[in-house]
Amino acid sequence: MHSFGYRANALLTFSVTALAFICAIASFSDKFSNQNPSAEIQILNINRLKKQSYGNDEVSLTLDISADLQSLFTWNTKQVFAFVAAEYETSKNSLNQVSLWDVIIPDKEHAKFRIQTSNKYRFIDQGHNLRGREFNLTLHWHVMPKTGKMLADKIIMPGYSLPDAYK
Amino acid sequence: MGWMGETIDSIKSIQIRQLLTQAISLGMIVTSALIIWKALMCVTGSESPVVVVLSGSMEPGFKRGDILFLHMSKDPIRAGEIVVFNVDGRDIPIVHRVIKVHERENTGEVDVLTKGDNNYGDDRLLYAEGQQWLHRHHIMGRAVGFLPYVGWVTIIMTEKPIIKYILIGALGLLVITSKD
Repeated sequence: MHSFGYRANALLTFSVTALAFICAIASFSDKFSNQNPSAEIQILNINRLKKQSYGNDEVSLTLDISADLQSLFTWNTKQVFAFVAAEYETSKNSLNQVSLWDVIIPDKEHAKFRIQTSNKYRFIDQGHNLRGREFNLTLHWHVMPKTGKMLADKIIMPGYSLPDAYK
Repeated sequence: MGWMGETIDSIKSIQIRQLLTQAISLGMIVTSALIIWKALMCVTGSESPVVVVLSGSMEPGFKRGDILFLHMSKDPIRAGEIVVFNVDGRDIPIVHRVIKVHERENTGEVDVLTKGDNNYGDDRLLYAEGQQWLHRHHIMGRAVGFLPYVGWVTIIMTEKPIIKYILIGALGLLVITSKD
């Protein structure tokens, strides 16, 4: 009853249980943080709106993105993954979401930023529905914790539109 | 040296009834582990409710050796979600983030493109020959939570199987030689 094997087993079981409990509490503490992120996106320029050689529309644009995501960081946050997606509807597809740009924010200092960039990923439609198309630009963020449950939310900014003709 | 002598003595003095009792106890332990695993599969709605991260393509968020808890619901797949999917013809599941979604109006079917956060390009190179998009049936679950470092045990046992055999051999020896 008091051999090394029994003692080692009891110690291991207790420490794993205690560790699991601490991880659960750490994750639970994230519920109490007050979060009020803000963001603003402007389209500086529509560089090209063209029809690809094998059919689909593609647009290239330059964005000015400014955001303050500092309030999302708690002591249990490992990183925040933020991305900007263009969301629109066409006659064939009830929803299209195309990610244009993303960033990994490793800590609170980097969470307040302003950047001017062209789209990192190609904005390609399934079809030729982009002329004159109205779309929303949504800033999504995913909070990845050091341990526990992941959390995601977004800010939707409606009212952007593409030119009526190819250019 | 006295421990070795004791072990040899106890192997010599094994009785059939005791051996059978121990075999049944071992069987009970294995089957209850299996019951817990199957129950987890039911609760999360996913074929593999827990996966181990095997590559560095989602760093710094998920490192090699972390484990992810998955959940699959009928909710539509949206951009930004971290999904686990199987490509036809490969049996290792991949954990990446959805970057593009095109959902059909009438049928609700969806075309999905994924990319690892730490990769330069999207996953089209990983998909099957000629495949441009993932569909709902490729996706096994969404990552909803994670624990760091715990998956290293599985990685070590898969990559150096000798350690697996040593562990199982030692466990078997312990079971046989213990008095209860």
